[in-house]
This record gives sequence, C-alpha cells and structure tokens, in this order.
Amino acid sequence: MKLYEYNAFELSEMIKSKKISSKELTESVLERKDEVDGKVEAYLNFDREGALAAAERADRLISAGGVKSRLAGIPIGIKDNISTAGIATTCASKMLENYVPVFNATVIDKLSAAGCVISGKLNMDEFAMGSSTENSYFKTTKNPFDLSCVPGGSSGGSAAAVSCGEAVIALGSDTGGSIRQPASLCGVVGLKPTYGSVSRYGLVAFASSLDQIGPIGRCVKDVALLQDEIQGHDKMDATSADRSYASLYDNLSEDISGLKIGIPSEYYGKGVKPEVAEAVTSAVKELEKRGAKAVPISLPSTEYALSAYYIIACAEASSNLARFDGVKYGYRAKDCDGLIDMYERTRSEGFGREVKRRIMLGTFVLSSGYFDAYYKKAKLLQKRIAKEFEDAFKTVDVIVTPTSPSEAFKIGERISDPLAMYAADICTVTVNIAGLPALSIPCGYSSSGLPYGMQIIGRKFDEQTVLNLALAHENAFGGFRRPKL
Amino acid sequence: MMIKGYEVVVGLEVHAELNTKTKIYCSCKNSFGLEVNTQVCPICLGMPGTLPTLNEKVVEYAIKMGHALNCSINRICKQDRKNYFYPDLPKSYQISQADIPLCQNGYLDVIMDEGEVKRIGIERIHIEEDAGKLLHSDKFDGSLVDFNRCGVPLIEIVSKPDMRGSDEAKAYLETVRSILKYIDISDCKMQEGSIRCDVNVSVHKPGEPFGTRCEMKNVNSFSAAVRGIDYEANRQIEVLEAGGTVVQETRRWDDQKGVSVSMRTKEDAQDYRYFPEPDLLTIVVPQEKVDELKRTLPELPNAKIMRYVKDYGISHYDAAMIVDVVEKSAFFEKCLEAGCKSPKILSNWILGEISKFMNEGAAIEDTKLTPEKMAELIGLIDGGKISTAAAKTVFDIIVKEDRDINEIIEEKGLAQVSDESALEKIADEVLAANEKSVSDYLGGKTNALGYLVGQCMKASKGKANPGAMKEIILKKIGG
Repeated sequence: MKLYEYNAFELSEMIKSKKISSKELTESVLERKDEVDGKVEAYLNFDREGALAAAERADRLISAGGVKSRLAGIPIGIKDNISTAGIATTCASKMLENYVPVFNATVIDKLSAAGCVISGKLNMDEFAMGSSTENSYFKTTKNPFDLSCVPGGSSGGSAAAVSCGEAVIALGSDTGGSIRQPASLCGVVGLKPTYGSVSRYGLVAFASSLDQIGPIGRCVKDVALLQDEIQGHDKMDATSADRSYASLYDNLSEDISGLKIGIPSEYYGKGVKPEVAEAVTSAVKELEKRGAKAVPISLPSTEYALSAYYIIACAEASSNLARFDGVKYGYRAKDCDGLIDMYERTRSEGFGREVKRRIMLGTFVLSSGYFDAYYKKAKLLQKRIAKEFEDAFKTVDVIVTPTSPSEAFKIGERISDPLAMYAADICTVTVNIAGLPALSIPCGYSSSGLPYGMQIIGRKFDEQTVLNLALAHENAFGGFRRPKL
Repeated sequence: MMIKGYEVVVGLEVHAELNTKTKIYCSCKNSFGLEVNTQVCPICLGMPGTLPTLNEKVVEYAIKMGHALNCSINRICKQDRKNYFYPDLPKSYQISQADIPLCQNGYLDVIMDEGEVKRIGIERIHIEEDAGKLLHSDKFDGSLVDFNRCGVPLIEIVSKPDMRGSDEAKAYLETVRSILKYIDISDCKMQEGSIRCDVNVSVHKPGEPFGTRCEMKNVNSFSAAVRGIDYEANRQIEVLEAGGTVVQETRRWDDQKGVSVSMRTKEDAQDYRYFPEPDLLTIVVPQEKVDELKRTLPELPNAKIMRYVKDYGISHYDAAMIVDVVEKSAFFEKCLEAGCKSPKILSNWILGEISKFMNEGAAIEDTKLTPEKMAELIGLIDGGKISTAAAKTVFDIIVKEDRDINEIIEEKGLAQVSDESALEKIADEVLAANEKSVSDYLGGKTNALGYLVGQCMKASKGKANPGAMKEIILKKIGG
C-alpha cells in the first residue's frame, strides 16, 4: 500500500512513532498528484516546494517534540476560497486570478500551528456557486469514479482530490450542500459543521449566514480529526459560537443502541431517484440491527426550502460580491471610459454566468418594493424550517436522508439548465437554513459503480452523535471504496 | 424666520466621527492626518474573507449621545448593510443601521440668542462606519483613494423638521457640537471633517402643509449650513412665486459659488437594498449598562448656560461663550469652587485675558495659572485693592511664574490708592494742567470727564481707584 492510500488517523500514528516522516508522506501525495491530476484536475494551485518545505519543517518540529496535534505532518488540500497568505486564492474566478492574500484564514492559522502541510488549493465552482465544479473559470474537475461525470460541487476539487488520493484530507465549504453533495458523488465522507463552530474568518463569503468550512476525508475518523483541529471560538468572527468543544475523535463510539433515527418522508419521494432512496433505507435497516430505531417524521416546509435558500443565499451574495469592483484587487477591465464603465465592464468580464445570475437574483430580491415579498418571506420560512427541525429533534436524535437526489451526472448535462442544477441541493439546503451539522457518507453504488451518499443530520453542536452513527454505518457498510483510475 | 411670507422648514442630519481609540469593526487606530493608507488592515480594506467585529465603545458613545438628546434607547437592535458602489467604499456596502436605530425619539432644547428656548425633536441616532477619501491632484492622472478613514465610527443624528430657518439650524448645530464635546465622544473638528451635515429644506405659506423638501449634501461648515439654507429657501420660494413646483431631489451645496446644484431627483434615487448584516450579531445592551451610561453623563452645555445665567447673573451671551469651550467653563467652575465670589468679574477675565492666550493655542494647564490664584486675583479687584490695569500686570506674571500675588503687588507697587488726600493731590495737578477739558465739561461735553479721570489714572501709574478718583474730580470742578 502506498502512503497516500492510508487514512489520516493511521498516518498520524505512523508519523508519531517515526515509522514515516512527513516528507515521505508528502512526496507520496505529490507523486499521486502527478499520476492522476492530469485526468482528475482537482488542483488549481499546487505548491510543490512550499509543501515539501512545510513537511520538512513539520518533521523538525515533531522530532523536537514541539507539536502535539494528531494532524502534524499530514498533507491537507484547501478549497480555493479559503484565504492563504502568499498563496493565490482565486475562488476559481477570473475576478481573482491574480489575487494573493496578505492574511491567513483562521482555519489556516490553526492548521499551520498544528504542523499540517498545505498541499495546494483545490478547484471549485466559481465563488462556491454551483453543484458540479463546472462553474470554475479555470477547469472542470472530473469524478474519479467516472471521468465523464462531475464530482459535484461546489467543493468538487476537495472531494475528488481526497477520493483519488491526491490529498489525504481536505477542507471544503458548504453553503447549501457544497461539502456533502460532492462528498456523496465522490464516495467520501464530508461534514458540514454547525453554523458558528468553525470560524469563517478568511473564507471568501458567498452567503455569510449559511457558509461554513468543514472537513472532507475518506473515513469518519479522519473527518473527526480534522474537525477537532478547526472547530472553536474565534473572536475575529462575530458569528462564531463562544463555547468549549470536546474532542470528537476521542469520543467516537459505534455504540448506537437506543439511538432514534428520524426518517422524514419529504426527503425520499419526489425528485429523489428511487435507487438512492432505497440505498439509504437499507443502510438504516442495517443500523437498526445494531440497536438504532428508525422513526418516521415529517418536515412539511421542506418543499419551500430550495426557494428560500436561493433567495437568502443570492441576496447575501449580491452584497458580498459587490467588493469585486476593479478598484482594489483582482481583475480590472482595460481601457475604461470612466468609473461606471470600469465597474460595469470589470464585473461583466470578471464574473462567470452563474455568479452573475445569482448577483442579479439577489439584487432583485433586495430591491425596494420586492424586499418584503422575497427576502422577508424567505427569512420567515427560514425560521419555520428551523423550528420544524427543532421540534423533530425533541423526539429523534438524528435525521437520515439521501445527500444528493442522484449519483454523479454527466459533465455538461445540466450546465445550461440552472433549475435542474439547483435541484441537486434539495436534500442539503435545509441543513444550512437551520444552521445544523450534517455529514454525508457513502451508502451504496449505482449499477455503473457511482457512489450514493447518505446524509446524517444532527442537533446543533451535536457533531458527536452524527459522527458516531456515521462510524457505526461505516463499519456495517464497509468503508471507503477506492475509485479505479 | 419668515422669508417673503413663507415659513422655512429645516431638518438636519449630522454625522459625527467618534473619538474611540480604534475603528468600529477592526483594531486599526482611529486617528486623523496620518500618512495615506497607513491606518488600514485587511478588514477595513474589505479584503475577501475578512469579517467585522463591533467595537463596543461605539455603542456606549452613541448611547451617551442618545441620553444627552433625551432619546429612548433600543438596547436590542441590529446593524444593516447599505449597498452602493463608490471607490472610497471598499466593501461596496456601508455597515449602518436601517429600521432599528440605537437611539430614537428624543429632543434637544436649544437656547437662541435672546435666551428663549426652542425644542427640536430628534428622530434617531444610529451608528455606522465612515468611508475613505478620494484624492484628486494635478500631480497624477485619475483619482487615488486614502482608506485611512474607512471604518472610523460615526453616529448620524437625524433631527425632526422642527427648525424654522437658518438661525435655529445654526443654534441647533452649535448645541449638538457642544454636547459632543462635553460628553467627550467626538473631536468635532469641522475642518478635519469629523462633523458634517446634510440639510433638508422646504418652504410653505403659514397655515398650509409642509412643502416638498430638498436634501442638500456637501455642507462642510456651520456657516455653510446657514448660507445653504438661506439660498435653498430663497430658491424654492422663487420657483413657487414663478408658478412652478419644487421637485423632490438631492442637491449639492457649492459653498464657493454660493449655490446648490441638482444631483439627482427622486426618480433616480439610489436603491440601497438595505438588509440585516449577517456577519454581526444582534446588539444587546444590558439595561444596567444603559442606566449606568445615563448616570455618568456630565452636566450638558445648554443646562450649564441656563444655570450660569440664573445663578451667577451673567449675561446669556457671556455664559454661552464660556460654555462653548469645555476648558473655559471647567476653569470658571474651579475658580468659583476655589472661593471666587465675583462670577461676573471672573467671566470677564475668562472671556478676556484667558481667552486671549487660549486663542493663541495655549491650554490653561500649560500655564502656572491656578484656580486658587485666579480667585485671589478676582477678590483683590472686587475689593478695590488693585485696579484692573494693575491686575493685568499681576495676571501676566502669574501665568508665567508660580509666585505669590501679594509679593508681586508689593514689589511692583501695584496696590490701588484709595487714600483721599493722595488722590486729591493728583486731581489738583491734572485739573491745573487741563483747564480746557474742565471748561469743556462745564460747557456740557460730558465725555471730558472720562478724559480727566484717565489722565489721573495715568498720573497715578494706574494705581488710583478710578471710582474714587471720579468722585473727587466731580467735587472739585463742581459738576
């Protein structure tokens, strides 16, 4: 077995016991990247020298006993909307093609302090808007299970890189499903943490009230390890929750006896492929054999969630992306005729179609005369959806649904039909709207071998129960299945 | 104030920069006049991924102003984004407050020149961030931006349309500025732009409903506000008198040309697409904090003026002049505490000699002058022990040196002469030398008396008691 094929928690032990060095591991990941990235195209920016230097630094620190973190020396891929000082952070947009931040996101500072090795920046849909990574200005990442299919999105680069071994673990960001849906399509594990548990400082905002950085790995333990490292209060982020966080990894347990699993009928019917629903249902049956109890529940407002989500997300995006105006950094149109022309052409030329579509949608719903009818109503609906979850969690401990209504679709298949693309998020957006933690884990494969994902939703700040159930499922189901490249 | 049979209605929006140590949403220094683009960080530059965190001092300062203007405090409120594109606004939105301001529904009692009190309603006070500054110069093409001012905390104080002319607007602005200084939340330096205002003006015939209002921007001084209001009122009246209608619009005041120019009409008014700022939490101020801020509020300048007039019998004008400068009124009160029994004489000295060196840029605490010494000096003047002229000599010394006043008087021979025989001797000499003036006085030219007293004072080297001197002269020439 090559080093890159091991899980992070195993590598952590190997590094700690000095069986391997971070440099050896990093070199293995670099080799794997050279081997497959020409096909998968997960990375936007791969800093070979920087990664090796960081690995050597980690090795020195580890031998000096200077780092305690379990992730010391482990290479990690970073979604390209997370600010890395001195390393281009493009958000896969022409707008930021040449933007090199002067500061690190809080999560990057934390990972650096832990002795992690940043292997590079990963492809995504432009500004995290999309469900296929086809909206990247630079390249379309391919699904490692079938190179003619999308890896999902927007964290498609992160999920694909972890899936094919180009990264041991990776950070993604999730606004409406952008960690879970690509994790599902690429057959890996992805966690969208509770809103407020991971600092957003340095995450280039798409929709501030919904965005959350989270971990992607090939197994539940790796996801727990990475979440342990990035969670925590940050005074730089006012929306970060000021509370203490116990180690998720240390408290992992596959004992799920007595656990009540809510099965909301709304997530298994219309719009969801029957094979996917069946895969999830049979996984739940396995979990029942291990002591859990499935309870049918209803989340009746689910059918409005997608509309509410796109109104809120686009409204915030229209404001968040207004700063890309050609004045201070990033792209500026050439030979402009005055200020207004500079604004108009910079933004017309610098943003891709989907980003412009959402900016226009968001600008519209916030406009005077429409604000009450759209934005305000969507916010009311948000409250109602959150309340329905809250009520459901009075009787169940977790809620299980499919992650994506279907397995990975073909590249190009939905790119000209935005509504079909938006439908990829129907099972995931409610979680962001309610600010809950949710994880996607493989639970089956299509006849052509493409992964299906199961979504486990938990109570606020109860990542532990979600991860425990995921671990029990992983053991029952058999864990990560390597794509054949 | 009526103009050509029209009543003028004015409402004001005052923006005041707060003098907190740091900016409102980052830890950059809040200071003026430093090298361009040095007081900046990724947050106030609006770099991708940065987030604001609220400086709680800003909330406290604004609540203080809310209390000073008798507002109700919304101790639970939110911040909103005001979206518009301009190169001096790095995020392309300003964090402000839309529908729920921190303070609302207050009033301010303004004392007019004649001492009458006019109550002006306060609509709201909200907190927001300042933008940067565009720099234009012949030395370079295009415009450059200085972001130092981005994120400097502001409060916007919006009055009700309760002023009836530029005189009331001026008095209101001066009172607001004075309060800002007294509660020490703003430096109020007009020339540094730390206090700015937008002016709303409409005109109507008495008894008729309010006219259509125009908003005037770019009003950079209080005197410009007066000129702008007068110009705008007259412009609107001319429009109406010519049979036209006033268009609701935003106009720019050009103080150099003395005219307002249309910027945009209501139809193409900007849509700011306000919505709640998702990066910040709801502001929740505990009731105890709100109460505590009220308790620590000092006596406000308008109350002070009224007290000075009532308790010390000084004129409204003088009281206002003293209160206008925090240091002057503080010194005035310290002198009284130190035992000064003649507030009237004291006020003359504060507005005279003390103002003179303060106007030259010196602060009282930079001198050797103490309230105790000042009180002693005023006591000597009041008791007739030294003349005003002699007191000035003493004053000039005690400002520079820490010396005993009586010692100075003795050394310089400044004690006032009230001894009758000595004064008579002086009078005889002066009258003998000025027979023409004596006959002038007897012929009815009463001001000749002043001249004669002056000559006596001169002859006594300023030591004679001018009152006693005058009486002796009158007795001698038999007037």
